[in-house]
Amino acid sequence: MSRRVRAWVLVLGGLGFAALFAAACAGLPHFGGDLHPYGDRAVRAALLRHTANAVASVNFDQRAFDTLGEESILFGAVLGTVVLLRQTRDENRRPPAPAPVAAPVRRYARLALPVTLLIGLYIVAHGQLSPGGGFQGGVVVATALHLLYIAVDYRALERIRPVGLYEVGDAAGEAAYLLVGTGALVAGAAFLANVLPYGTFNTLSSGGTVPVLNAAIGVEVACGVVVLLARFLDQAVEIEDPPADAPEGAAK
Amino acid sequence: MNAIGENAMGVLPYAVAGWLFLMGCYGLATSRNLIHAVGCLAVCQASTYVLLLAIGYRRGGTAPVFSDVTPGSRPVVDPVVQALVLTDIVIGATVTALLLSLVIQIAKRHRTVDPDELSELRG
Repeated sequence: MSRRVRAWVLVLGGLGFAALFAAACAGLPHFGGDLHPYGDRAVRAALLRHTANAVASVNFDQRAFDTLGEESILFGAVLGTVVLLRQTRDENRRPPAPAPVAAPVRRYARLALPVTLLIGLYIVAHGQLSPGGGFQGGVVVATALHLLYIAVDYRALERIRPVGLYEVGDAAGEAAYLLVGTGALVAGAAFLANVLPYGTFNTLSSGGTVPVLNAAIGVEVACGVVVLLARFLDQAVEIEDPPADAPEGAAK
Repeated sequence: MNAIGENAMGVLPYAVAGWLFLMGCYGLATSRNLIHAVGCLAVCQASTYVLLLAIGYRRGGTAPVFSDVTPGSRPVVDPVVQALVLTDIVIGATVTALLLSLVIQIAKRHRTVDPDELSELRG
């Protein structure tokens, strides 16, 4: 298909989408309106289960089964990236040389590392109380570890980051979520039902299974992001391109 | 605000979502660089965040988090769509990573990231 034909197909599709979307929006409730039947019910259910953060209650209690699907997508995407970015036969691995780091950068990154790590763990632990949770906190924790790459160099990062261990952690987080769900079955309830005592509202132990599932997601996301970044950094820092005359490479 | 202004405000967020989606599609279809195309897909995805959050918004509403808000004292926005957006963002980030790793391998094997140059068959 030539670029011209493609542009016409795009214009046609775009106009069709715009017309249908406008018609659909005309039928939507007005922006900022008062009619939120699902929202009202979700808030009521969250408060009944002593979970202060209604979003966490939706994610890890009322729609916990959906979140299982979503974290499986995450797991699958990490797995796919690991497979795609592995070192191939015609590639060489060159250990990176130590690189000089400006003193202020080093100082700042060293200072920021423990603080960031603590904030990440705090966000995971307080997911049922305040904005945050396993998804967000996990990303912060993973970012904290990579401050070492900025502060020192790639070899220092590799020392505190045995990728194999984090791959196991990723799988363990995914498995823990499933096991909590199965635990509910053993307790005689439905899969992923909130069977733990709800606790006192607005305390760290409130929300029943919500903090447990949050922790499982936190482990999975933190480990998953570390593994993802490790693969990309490997490509950028360590793995050399195959030579141009390699039998497989060189399309033309 | 007068009635016309109110009406325009009522559909503006939805229009922004539709516009973002169309712009993302335009970028995807006309892209000459796969990395750029992955970015365009992220723009398409951003349109769903805007749409979902617009649907869940309630005038004068605050976040549906009750650690410092007494339940019932203030209107809160819809937590269901916020939960959807949260997972949407996570999935978006990991899928972007997966696509970018595909681009890395394509760039290595074919020595190009222009999708138009990738049409030839190779055995």
